[in-house]
Amino acid sequence: MSATSEKSPRPAAPHSGARQEIAWLRGGTQHNGRWSGYAHLLIARLREMQREPEVIFWVFLFPLLLAFGLGIAFRSRPASVPNVAIAAGPGADAVLQLAQRSPQSLHARIVPEAEALDGFRLGRYDLVVVPKNAGDNNLPQVEYRYDPARPESVLARAQTDDALQAAAGRTSPIPASAQASSEPGARYIDFLIPGLLGMNLMNSGMWGVGFALVDYRQRKLLKRYVATPMRRGDFLLALMTSRLVLMIPELGLLLAFGIFVFHMRVAGSWLAILLLGTLGAATFAGLGLLTASRAQKIESVSGLINLVMMPMWIFSGVFFSYERFPAVMQPLIRALPLTALNDALRATILQGAPLMAQAQAGRLLVLLAWAGLSFVLALSWFRWT
Amino acid sequence: MGVAIECLGLRKTYDAKVEALRGLGLQIAEGECFGLLGPNGAGKTTAIEILEGLLQPTSGDVRIFGRSWHTDAQQLRQWLGISLQETRLSDKLTVRETVDLFASFYRQPLSSADVLAALALGEKADAWVGKLSGGQRQRLAVATALVANPRILFLDEPTTGLDPQSRRQLWEIIGEFQRGGGTVLLTTHYMDEAERLCDRLAIIDYGQTIAEGTPPDLIERLGGQNVVEFSIAPANHNGLESWRDLPGVEAARADNGLVSLSVRQPHVTIPALLEAVSRQGAKLLHLTTRQASLEDVFVRLTGRHLREEA
Repeated sequence: MSATSEKSPRPAAPHSGARQEIAWLRGGTQHNGRWSGYAHLLIARLREMQREPEVIFWVFLFPLLLAFGLGIAFRSRPASVPNVAIAAGPGADAVLQLAQRSPQSLHARIVPEAEALDGFRLGRYDLVVVPKNAGDNNLPQVEYRYDPARPESVLARAQTDDALQAAAGRTSPIPASAQASSEPGARYIDFLIPGLLGMNLMNSGMWGVGFALVDYRQRKLLKRYVATPMRRGDFLLALMTSRLVLMIPELGLLLAFGIFVFHMRVAGSWLAILLLGTLGAATFAGLGLLTASRAQKIESVSGLINLVMMPMWIFSGVFFSYERFPAVMQPLIRALPLTALNDALRATILQGAPLMAQAQAGRLLVLLAWAGLSFVLALSWFRWT
Repeated sequence: MGVAIECLGLRKTYDAKVEALRGLGLQIAEGECFGLLGPNGAGKTTAIEILEGLLQPTSGDVRIFGRSWHTDAQQLRQWLGISLQETRLSDKLTVRETVDLFASFYRQPLSSADVLAALALGEKADAWVGKLSGGQRQRLAVATALVANPRILFLDEPTTGLDPQSRRQLWEIIGEFQRGGGTVLLTTHYMDEAERLCDRLAIIDYGQTIAEGTPPDLIERLGGQNVVEFSIAPANHNGLESWRDLPGVEAARADNGLVSLSVRQPHVTIPALLEAVSRQGAKLLHLTTRQASLEDVFVRLTGRHLREEA
């Protein structure tokens, strides 16, 4: 860094010839270049963050823990085996025998009807089969109790019915075979990691800039800084730069985790990912700046930051696809910066979409618009004291 | 000697209601140590922040070395070293890093090591700011002002909360800075500090200067030179009026049963006082005389009794 100060051989008293050398001023004065303030501000900010254990945890460890936890919880596995309760009574044994004879795997057991219905309500059973009197051909009649609003219940009904009918002799008129496909790239963890990247960029941008600024303001440190010849632009630039510097390990760590622990495949170029990370970090740094432009107290900015981030946690497709929300909301959801960032990251990382592809370019524009707007507004509203 | 700081008719009104300053005027010469004294809420901090270019006055004019904040802010910032009240510097930076950071903002700062040594912070140079004692923090705040190699040092209550030894250390530093040709503007609550450090001072209250001059001059003019303090039993019920009417008394005040009289000639006042006490049939419990101090001036000018009369 060329901007740091160096000793000057020149004696003290740069201002007026009348000033004598002060006794303790043995080392004389130093000379600072144009970027000395910026460089020192940046280094100071990085040191501050590095010495804050909370930052290390929330920025680096927490996303990994989240990825690991969710990756384990939603790891790819065979579709769950339905839990079926057969209400005790005449015909129950016959139903159980049929169920066990079928090639489909079912967990079926006989329990008293009241207990079966209780368990169904609590989610222990996906389906309750209530046998009725045996029919003419000595086969039991059954009634299915299921919940049409619970996907696993609907599935259990279909599977159980199939199993029972097949075991009782129904044949399939169309011969069919099936091939399972569970490739890296289509699993939940592959969906999740880019979403976590985006969310992490949002979290650390909003907190790292917004919270830090209000903390400085509350400490009257901003006021102290503007009482010096420090260039205000340099101060904000250093804060932004510190975010970009931190973004690189943030991005790298989570991606490396996905690659090494969950064998994720990165289809797109690293440069494109880095560019997206930079744009995302800058956008959320801008939003953080805007959020913090006036707030005087840590408490009030914390509330504001959460208020800004909450909709994006929910709608921007971090943990699940936002396609689940009603169609009317889709254009609004797509206009959110985190949605644009997550979509762009997924397209690049999972599908290798080039940045200039039409859909990607649209997302980049959304991000640029948010970044530009928040910087312009923040700088005109910003209060230093 | 040129004029370092000059302001005229400074007014500051907050929210169109609170008048913090009502036409303050000051003139501070280069090389002078000037003290701004006043009770809490008198407008000291508002005044100093306007002079520092951190606050806009509602009206009035400020000149620092003949330059205005409107046109030469960047140059003026290079010339000022400022220690604000209640700045909490970053806890997670070391003392040296903090001073280096502030030095980096100036074109020609002093060496951080020299400044730290001068403020007896050399041993703490690698300690985090968060681990410093109150006195050390206060010295660090002054270090961030001094490292600027300023022409004017603004110190807002620099010794509040310091132990006596640290205060003396700081006085030394300020004295040395001044001997090197620097100008100092400070606010303080401590009268002994003002008396010892300041060449001139202004006492402000309700946003106006109510007295200005050198410390001996102020004491001579307003302190009555001597103070007679006494207490009697039973306490006098006529209030202070009877004491104020004694010969040679310029002002009287009472504090917890202790009556203080500002007098010019104790040898005239004391016999009259003794006579008055015995005439009331009271007993004298305590009687001392001493030289008036700045404290007496201050209390006389800003104390409750004066305010009620005003």
